[in-house]
Amino acid sequence: MASQVVPHEEVVTLKHHFANDEQQLDASTIGMWVFLVTEIMFFGGLFLAYFAYRQAYPAAFASASNKTNLWLGAANTTVLICSSLTMAMAVHSASLGKRTLLVLFLILTLILGGVFLGVKAYEYHDKWVHHEVPGAHFDCEGCDDAGHAPLFFSLYFGMTGLHATHMLVGFVILSIIIVQASRGKFTAKWYTPVEMFGLYWHFVDIVWIFLFPLLYLIDRSHTGLK
Amino acid sequence: MSDHNEQHHIVPIRVYIAVFLTLIAMTWVTAYVSTVDLGRLNIFVALSIAIFKASLVILFFMHVKYGTKLTKMIVLAGLYWLLLLLFIAMADLWTRGWMGVPGR
Repeated sequence: MASQVVPHEEVVTLKHHFANDEQQLDASTIGMWVFLVTEIMFFGGLFLAYFAYRQAYPAAFASASNKTNLWLGAANTTVLICSSLTMAMAVHSASLGKRTLLVLFLILTLILGGVFLGVKAYEYHDKWVHHEVPGAHFDCEGCDDAGHAPLFFSLYFGMTGLHATHMLVGFVILSIIIVQASRGKFTAKWYTPVEMFGLYWHFVDIVWIFLFPLLYLIDRSHTGLK
Repeated sequence: MSDHNEQHHIVPIRVYIAVFLTLIAMTWVTAYVSTVDLGRLNIFVALSIAIFKASLVILFFMHVKYGTKLTKMIVLAGLYWLLLLLFIAMADLWTRGWMGVPGR
């Protein structure tokens, strides 16, 4: 009897163990943020390693970080900020129940993320060709304290690599959400997966906002733009 | 249904655009400033701009400004633990050379 009265979407979106939609959304948001806090600490360890070794070997870090390409770094930061905007717009479209716009902005986010990783891959290749990957063939031409320069590049590859891994994970989740969105799974009333993925994507953006100055910009003034 | 609008605070698009433009501008400002020799100030300027940018993303793109008190508490607790990690460890490393070690 009651099954005909209750609209279909209510049955699907509000789980029985929550009192109402608001409580359910709060629970999801808090859970996502607790996860993001663990991610902050995960990256935090790498940032600490960076600060500790930079303080121990300032000359090696200064000259090694000047080997990064400032223009590519700044351009990639711009690309990632654009993808954050498209992600915010996707959540915005979802909240208004605009399905076509939601799918469009999600696809734009995916494309911009792809551009970022493409530039990153080009930079990695560049480092490989110039023997700047730590290992048997490492050669930091013209570096001060070249013996400790591999530390900088290990951290460079470790931190940007972990960041890129997060983006690849984001790609998989985003692809699933795009399919779900195009099938009309989300409504103006319930689009929690879009919103939670947005939090994750913005978090990855924030990590890059810190990686960019630390890996590309510190001690840049000694050599200027190049 | 009636609580829908309270549940999702819908942020106007112009707010997103303003935040976005500020983020882009700050990116290029920080890139430019890094090429000017400010001595030891360079890293402070670079990190201050990064913290400012991250705050904008957290408050507006991640909706923490419009979130519940509990969400804000969790975010602040996370940042506080990160600062503990960084500052306690770095306070050790920064000050190690200040005093001689007896017997060495």
